[in-house]
Amino acid sequence: MSVRRVMGTEVEYGISVQGQPTANPMLASTQVVNAWANADLRARRARWDFEEESPLRDARGFELNRDVADSSLLTDEDLGLANVILTNGARLYVDHAHPEYSTPECTGPLDAVLWDKAGEQVMRRAAALASELPQSPAILLYKNNVDNKGASYGAHENYLMDRSTPFGEIVQHLIPFFVTRQAVCGAGRVGRRQDGSEAGFQISQRADYFEVEVGLETTLKRPLVNTRDEPHADPNKYRRLHVIIGDANLSEVSTFLKLGTTSLVLGMIEDRATLPELALERPVRELREVSYDATLRHLLTLKDGRRMTPVQVQWEYLEHARKHIEHTMGSDVDPETTDVLDRWGSVLDRLEADPMSCRQELDWVAKLSLLESYRDRDGLAWDHPKLQLVDLQYADVREERGLYHRLVRLGRMRRLVDDADVAAAVTDPPADTRAYFRGRCLAQYPEQVAAASWDSVIFDLPGRESLQRIPTLEPLRGTREHVGALLDRCDSAEELFAALTGP
Amino acid sequence: MAREGGQERRTSKKSERSDEEQLAPSEDVAERKERLDEDVDAILDEIDEVLEENAEDFVRSFVQKGGQ
Repeated sequence: MSVRRVMGTEVEYGISVQGQPTANPMLASTQVVNAWANADLRARRARWDFEEESPLRDARGFELNRDVADSSLLTDEDLGLANVILTNGARLYVDHAHPEYSTPECTGPLDAVLWDKAGEQVMRRAAALASELPQSPAILLYKNNVDNKGASYGAHENYLMDRSTPFGEIVQHLIPFFVTRQAVCGAGRVGRRQDGSEAGFQISQRADYFEVEVGLETTLKRPLVNTRDEPHADPNKYRRLHVIIGDANLSEVSTFLKLGTTSLVLGMIEDRATLPELALERPVRELREVSYDATLRHLLTLKDGRRMTPVQVQWEYLEHARKHIEHTMGSDVDPETTDVLDRWGSVLDRLEADPMSCRQELDWVAKLSLLESYRDRDGLAWDHPKLQLVDLQYADVREERGLYHRLVRLGRMRRLVDDADVAAAVTDPPADTRAYFRGRCLAQYPEQVAAASWDSVIFDLPGRESLQRIPTLEPLRGTREHVGALLDRCDSAEELFAALTGP
Repeated sequence: MAREGGQERRTSKKSERSDEEQLAPSEDVAERKERLDEDVDAILDEIDEVLEENAEDFVRSFVQKGGQ
């Protein structure tokens, strides 16, 4: 077992138009996405191909009737909203009333951090470009999940899994893990309850917005485990677990651990490894109670009567993961897996002793530390607007204004990737998934790619009446190793198409 | 890939060094506390400079439509 698997993140950014609180957010989001598209001519033409999307298919084995589904769930209906496929293989588009960046398919948590960070760069530049238009007010973007007035928007993760793993087992083992992982990867929030009406800090941005344990919805009655079953790949081989419970993270260590530890738990479930029995008495309620106790001393009640802190629950998963890896891999463990195990253990150790010792690594601790400093210096109560501003501005994507970015500049946040690699990831796709094929086709043949999606690239070739669809149903094909030389050698899309489909 | 090794190790070594400096055993506890307080003040001064003016209005006008 390894942390390595096909994975990605999908982040909806908060958006506001400076000086115009009532501005239409759909329009502003569209301006952001279109600004990028207009500046990057290669991204201009291709549409998103919706043919293989199935947002109403449920992992429990049925399909929701389209007529009774809430319209916000119909994510496969092309509303003519802006939608760009980037040369790095990512998708930049308008989802509901937010601009969203979905990373290209990555093969491990460190790459996912890199392309997630590239997404922040894309958003920052796109917003700056949109604000440059004549008479355009500044458009501000925030990598957060709440407005503290009742609205929440998502930062999702996706993990490719073996289809043969029973969904019931995924649910059973993920729920206690998801309820407690916020201790590691929460982004921190000033305000409690959905509308922020109660003053105070909490560990997670999203905890107040989950109402049921399992379900298909993503916009109402949000479930701890989401059952959307869109594999974007061969459905007989794969499922793609769509995780909606996470916070949008700025900290690289937080994102790395969020993805890495979740991948390990999924790996144990797939391997039918021995997993701890940690079923919770009331998981939805516990999610909130864990979030409301920044000392991490809240005791969760298990179905078997035991009471444990969130960090103790996390330790159970870590210990089982260590044992399983030792058992299956011996000393032949890849460095990325070792790194996740070591950091996870180090962070849990220190969260138990003194959470504040993680202030340079974890978002919620970095944010809380800053807030407590303000409270000390200025004597502010938790309902003071300045503290809410610190919370909001922590997530501002602008380097000069965003407080996370200021902390980085002050040497107060540990990094895992460097700026040059992030800059390259804005234009280049990962080399080891089908995103490589998609990204390079867009970079090389922008005029001939009519549409693309996770599992297809569609060409509009001179002299052919109909569009030509190249399916990319296998996420680990279309890599540099498979098609790099072919793409190097084909000067035109026609040549590529002939080589791919020829005898 | 280069970033999997070098950069991270360099970064963490650097921050370990600065931790050690802060926690030098010869340093008196009171002196250390004073230095940390100054340090925090320096961070807050820096943050103060970039915080949006009129926190109350700014926070109030941040209204979003729900998403996923």
